[in-house]
Amino acid sequence: MTKEKYLYGLYNDDELLVDGIKHVQSKGIKVNDAYSPFPVHGLEDVLGIKWTRLAIAAFLFGLTGLTLAMLAINYFMIIDWPMNIGGKPSFNFYENLPAFVPIMFEFTVLCAAHGMAITYFFRNMTFPGMPARNPHPRTTDDHFAVEISPEGNGMSVEDLKNALKETEVVEIFEKERITKFV
Amino acid sequence: MDQFTFTDKSKKLFIGLIAVGVIATLYGIFSGQGARTWTSAMISGWFFFGIALAAVFFIGVNNAAQAAWGVVLKRVFEGVSMFMPYGTLLLLIVFLGATFHWNHIYHWMDKSLYDPSSSHYDAIIAGKEPYLNLPFWWIRAILLLGVWNLFTFLFRKRSLVEDQEGKTSKWFKKNLTLAAIFLVFFGYTIHIGSWDWIMSVDTHWFSTLFGWYIFSGIWVSGIVMVLLITIFLKKNGYLKEVNDSHIHDMGKWVFAISFLWTYLWFSQFMLIWYSDIPEEVTYFLVRLEDYGLTFWGMVLINFIFPMILLMSKDMKRNAGVLTFVGVIILFGHWMDSYFLFTPGVMKDQGVIGLVEIGMMLGYLGLFLFVVFNQLTKAPLVVKKHALLEESLHHHIN
Repeated sequence: MTKEKYLYGLYNDDELLVDGIKHVQSKGIKVNDAYSPFPVHGLEDVLGIKWTRLAIAAFLFGLTGLTLAMLAINYFMIIDWPMNIGGKPSFNFYENLPAFVPIMFEFTVLCAAHGMAITYFFRNMTFPGMPARNPHPRTTDDHFAVEISPEGNGMSVEDLKNALKETEVVEIFEKERITKFV
Repeated sequence: MDQFTFTDKSKKLFIGLIAVGVIATLYGIFSGQGARTWTSAMISGWFFFGIALAAVFFIGVNNAAQAAWGVVLKRVFEGVSMFMPYGTLLLLIVFLGATFHWNHIYHWMDKSLYDPSSSHYDAIIAGKEPYLNLPFWWIRAILLLGVWNLFTFLFRKRSLVEDQEGKTSKWFKKNLTLAAIFLVFFGYTIHIGSWDWIMSVDTHWFSTLFGWYIFSGIWVSGIVMVLLITIFLKKNGYLKEVNDSHIHDMGKWVFAISFLWTYLWFSQFMLIWYSDIPEEVTYFLVRLEDYGLTFWGMVLINFIFPMILLMSKDMKRNAGVLTFVGVIILFGHWMDSYFLFTPGVMKDQGVIGLVEIGMMLGYLGLFLFVVFNQLTKAPLVVKKHALLEESLHHHIN
């Protein structure tokens, strides 16, 4: 587990947060991250966050689910134990396809949904029971935090703090947070 | 460019299309294919009427949900919805024709079916007489068509008045009430309409899911038509206020409602296919045995194209892809309309040929002529609306 020290500015309004980020960025300061209790409109553009690839992952999970469902149904219902249901003996996959569609659909959704959730947990390392990484408990309630790395900006911590003070910030503090679990 | 001008070029094109439709109709009548021509009139009549009805429904949904994003598109929806009276007229022609036995689209209108002494006596149809009899049927038809038209005009009139006098918060509340009343009425009556005018073509057959299926079909056709007209207007330099996010949202609607339609179509099909009860399965037997390939093709087109091509975000914002998918599934849903009527009336004799395609083009010409004419009558984007400002700044990722 690695920990790093960061400088935080706390805001009490989402628009003030976005304005604050824009201000410090205009001074050439690189903003590392921001914390918010809810999605803030336009925040990802300001922070320059890349578009998520979760949709591609979801598609692949769905495709996997569909393939698995088809293989499994074909084995259960056609190869291993053909049954006569409602006058429809299952001798081949194609003729009984309508009956299999609901299962194929459900399994596709199941795999896509669970795959997405688990991928999300892995990507962000936010499994249930993980220690919190947010700098301030109120960023899960009604406050918004901006995170700046004290190093790597070519400025002293005092200068960074002064830049934050020029915005509508309510609190400035330094704190360690977990950056990597492994 | 706030005001839409209906160019002579488009006018000529649409009048040309109407001429094609008239020629196809005359050809159908004078080549002794009356049944085919009447059926074709019902297929295209219902299809374009449904598009107008779906536009009114969507205006109602947007008002009731207090949705802001669609406000800049409101006038396009209104323009499409104003085809309603013409669509009503086209349907009424077929209904009158059926009532006076000029056509035989509605088999149950034959009086001898109810006469126990007649050789045509049909016990099943006679059992449906309390509901399926001409006077009651006409009362329902006039009530439904009348009230739907009334609401169309009310929504349109209020929108025009609001542009003139402002008072946006007053109209916002009044439209919410009107939309709520309309949606409840529509929710029941779309089912009654689809039983009366479509399901009764196959008189012996019934399906409890039918109303939902018809409703989702007209909904997706309406959304696609509005999207295509919006793309056309944008391409010609109008509707600058409509940005990528609005188009993206419309793309999402096409994607989502295509799935809804497929889901309902399949739910209806699978239950009937699985239980295999003779009185239910006849509907699909005639469609699959005599029209198999085109019938499956219609279902696949309406499902596969939107699913594959509109899955990603970039595709939903690409005017070229949307136009391509839009035109294809619009034709696909016309085919759906074809399969609602043709196998019931023509049995195994139905074809898709000059009469069907020609009349579809004629109705399309009339539809576009009316809609474009309506678009010229008011600014293309509403001037005053409680949520206009929010809609202008609509932005999604």
